[in-house]
Amino acid sequence: MSEPLKKDLLGLDGVSADDINTILDTAKSFKEISHRRVKKVPALRGKTICNLFFEPSTRTRASFELAEKRLSADAVNISKSGSSVAKGETLRDTAENLQAMMIDVIVIRHSASGAPHFLASLLNASVINAGDGAHEHPTQGLLDIFTLREKFGDLKGKKITIIGDITHSRVARSNIYGLVTLGANVTVCGPPTLMPARVSELGVDVETNLRRAVTDADAVNVLRIQLERQKVNLFPSLAEYADVYGINSERLKWMKPDCLIMHPGPMNRGVEISQDVADGRQAVILEQVTNGVAIRMAVLYLLCGGVQLTKPDDVIEAAEEKEDTKVS
Amino acid sequence: MGFEAKATIMDADQIRRAIKRISHEIVERNGGVKGLVVVGILRRGVHLARRIADYIEKIEDAQVPVGALDITLYRDDFEVTRNIQTRPVVGTTDISEDVTEKVIILVDDVLFTGRTIRAALDELIDFGRPSQIQLAVLVDRGHREFPIKADYVGRNVPTSEVEMVEVRLKELDGKDEVLLGEVSE
Repeated sequence: MSEPLKKDLLGLDGVSADDINTILDTAKSFKEISHRRVKKVPALRGKTICNLFFEPSTRTRASFELAEKRLSADAVNISKSGSSVAKGETLRDTAENLQAMMIDVIVIRHSASGAPHFLASLLNASVINAGDGAHEHPTQGLLDIFTLREKFGDLKGKKITIIGDITHSRVARSNIYGLVTLGANVTVCGPPTLMPARVSELGVDVETNLRRAVTDADAVNVLRIQLERQKVNLFPSLAEYADVYGINSERLKWMKPDCLIMHPGPMNRGVEISQDVADGRQAVILEQVTNGVAIRMAVLYLLCGGVQLTKPDDVIEAAEEKEDTKVS
Repeated sequence: MGFEAKATIMDADQIRRAIKRISHEIVERNGGVKGLVVVGILRRGVHLARRIADYIEKIEDAQVPVGALDITLYRDDFEVTRNIQTRPVVGTTDISEDVTEKVIILVDDVLFTGRTIRAALDELIDFGRPSQIQLAVLVDRGHREFPIKADYVGRNVPTSEVEMVEVRLKELDGKDEVLLGEVSE
């Protein structure tokens, strides 16, 4: 079922362990570039990338843009307000117009699940999902897994607990797919109203009791309570959520002393995570952000490095044969 | 597709002597080790760079910093491939020394078209402004496509374009030898 990654990264569902490891290994090399005097390599010189953000974002958007610039690609940013999207242009028309301007890659964030898949089927350009509705956020999943792998080495048998609104979380879904593929034991924990039906079919353990969920975890990934996705009241109040599922210094004592605390940001300090935990010794939240740039550089390089994107398969094959016979 | 060896160009002793001679030449030409940084090109160049630095240390009783350069992202010849598993693997560059005003000894195993060295030069100067960059290679097999010349050469080997030169090193291949061969189907 796992097709090798070629031109698009739409999600981690169905991505093989080999492909995930290739991305993580490549990101390891890319991390060093951000520490250079000239934080730039010419790998994607001449490529044009459009960042199409239909939902607000600070981290992901800045991270993609920096990754693109550090690879020497040219980046164009489009957001919902200030573009023709506000005038009612359809996603299809927006994308086809961008392709007509010879864009090589589209990075898209959209509130509708499946929007990147729709574009990928429509366009020759590479499509990278930067978060689609409550579906997936593959580069966030990868950067979380990268951060864990940096700390633990092999993830086989490590226990990772994801806490919060699992139903609406694309971060949770991408983490689950990737971590399960790499052999980690994933537990999801949250109020039953924020737990998707049949979530255990994804290969995770479900736990509604916070203490039981975290007690033997190697890392705890604390999800943001996404008020913008709450159409009905799924829990009584933020205060009550913090009371039952918030991670604070009292609850750190339930965990192993070296358990890592992760958060995809932006944080609601005092709701899902307390001030002292967010800034505490076990938190790797800013390391996640640093790693995010390296992961996005790796994904961009792997998906669209090379001479041309839109060659038909037989030309690619001929090019591969030529590459094979080339000598150093 | 593989490599079929026709002849051994250098054996372990010859490789050792060549590296030793190159190390002496480097020290002689630069009047000592002051300001020297030895930078190897991944992968075999890095091991050769370490060996050169070790010899220089023996000769001059002074340590020389060693760096590693991965030139994949500076290449001009990698083409689109079928999927991400067939992309050129990006290795890790490690230039922890400030290269500005230093004399960089760039080290690679085989000098051929010169494209790798062009990429390495571009990458190196992104790290700073060395006062000089000198090139040391174990084998120069000719067929340059760029105006690039080595300052220190282990052995000049006339080759035809279809031939291949394969350098094997203890650190990676278990044995030191340089082979001349052809591509086999």
